[in-house]
Amino acid sequence: MSAHGAVAPVRENCLTANDWICGEYLRTRAQELTDATVEHIWITGTSVLIGLLVAFPLALLARSRPAFAGPVLGLTTLLYTIPSLAMFSLLLPLLGLSAALVVTGLVLYSLTILVRNILAGLAAVPEEAREAARGLGYGPARLLWEVELPLALPALMAGVRMATVSTVALTTVGALIGRGGLGDLIDDGVQTTFKAQVLAASVLCVLLAVVADLLLLGLQRLLTPWTRIRRAEEAV
Amino acid sequence: MGVLADAWTWLATGSNWSGEDGAWHRLGEHVYVSGVALAVACAVALPLACWLGHIGKGGALAVNLSNAGRAIPVFAVLALLMLTPLRTAGYTPTIIALVLFAVPPLLTNAYVGMREVDRAVVEAARGMGMSARQVFLRVELPLAYPLLMTGVRSAAVQVVATATIASMVGQGGLGRIITAGFTTFDTPQVVAGALLAALLALLVEAVLVTADRLLDPRRRATAAGRRARWTSPLPTAPGTSGRSS
Repeated sequence: MSAHGAVAPVRENCLTANDWICGEYLRTRAQELTDATVEHIWITGTSVLIGLLVAFPLALLARSRPAFAGPVLGLTTLLYTIPSLAMFSLLLPLLGLSAALVVTGLVLYSLTILVRNILAGLAAVPEEAREAARGLGYGPARLLWEVELPLALPALMAGVRMATVSTVALTTVGALIGRGGLGDLIDDGVQTTFKAQVLAASVLCVLLAVVADLLLLGLQRLLTPWTRIRRAEEAV
Repeated sequence: MGVLADAWTWLATGSNWSGEDGAWHRLGEHVYVSGVALAVACAVALPLACWLGHIGKGGALAVNLSNAGRAIPVFAVLALLMLTPLRTAGYTPTIIALVLFAVPPLLTNAYVGMREVDRAVVEAARGMGMSARQVFLRVELPLAYPLLMTGVRSAAVQVVATATIASMVGQGGLGRIITAGFTTFDTPQVVAGALLAALLALLVEAVLVTADRLLDPRRRATAAGRRARWTSPLPTAPGTSGRSS
């Protein structure tokens, strides 16, 4: 860089001056930022998906056997209380320094939100809808899949959105073991007091949460077209 | 199980508890920054939320603030604060970050609690000749109390959990035992620190749940009410704030 310093002093300025906002940083480290963002999306997405796969049977179990509801909800709430740094550290002896550790911790946190919302959604299905479906000869599985689940979808999706947004933020703590996506860049930036990197990674992280939320909102609208029809009728 | 036994040995060793890096000092730091942050957050958020709820304005702000707070990583906020001149100001960066994250659940719950007070009850109180001040202190506040306390509880637990993250940027607190263990590849110490941090968070939750029940002016925590709370959906029950720590 020193050889070119005299030729292009302006280009060197914002990196050497350690400015908060630095176009040069974004240009030269685009690859690093992209990689971290991809890792972030990957960790968040996997966590929420696994969380959903675990939460769904748990919610069904809690619903069909009320004796299980208390322990299931109590345990997931208890897990929610544990600080993330402690959660990741407690899983360390079991899973080692791997992305699986971060994902497992994030799955455990997402369970609280997801189980509650699935339960609430299923509880809000009108009894008449169930009765009508049973009258039409729907078995329990078809009733769940074709009647209850679609009607519970808005509450379920609200849970998925909340879990996703908070998981995007929480993933940064994975920087503790070097598997935090954008959190790794933030961590590295703090150690080296590299302002542009910390700010860029932080802003990207918040943007990621906002974009994920909007995408899920779009998905929810696609999956529940009837809610819009009803709203349009009300408007008329 | 070997690691847990080693962690226990770490915890049972007296020298790990004394001195600047000792567990007692870290615990003290943790409780101090959490306490100060919660007190400041309550002093800012509760009067504001109660006033907004009383006059019935600012609802969108109170509710959306809580949702927006969920998207912001505590770690990023702390990191940004540590790159400002505040980094030399002792515990200040941690306390600022903790206050920022404690305000939304406090504000939302207190506001919603005030707004959910039955309007008919307020009208009746007015009809009985109560002044605005009396309505506020003797009708609205006691009725809003359960939700207000739920907010304080979730804010307190969030603050204690978030204070752990402070160690990742070099600030004090119980998290320091964990991060110090990481830098020296001392897994038993990492696990011991994690156990302490988790236990403290659970203890705070337990103490607040008990206090909540004992202090409720109406003591209506019936079994039915508790069951109803379990199954209430999160979006309409702002009691559980988003976890971002």
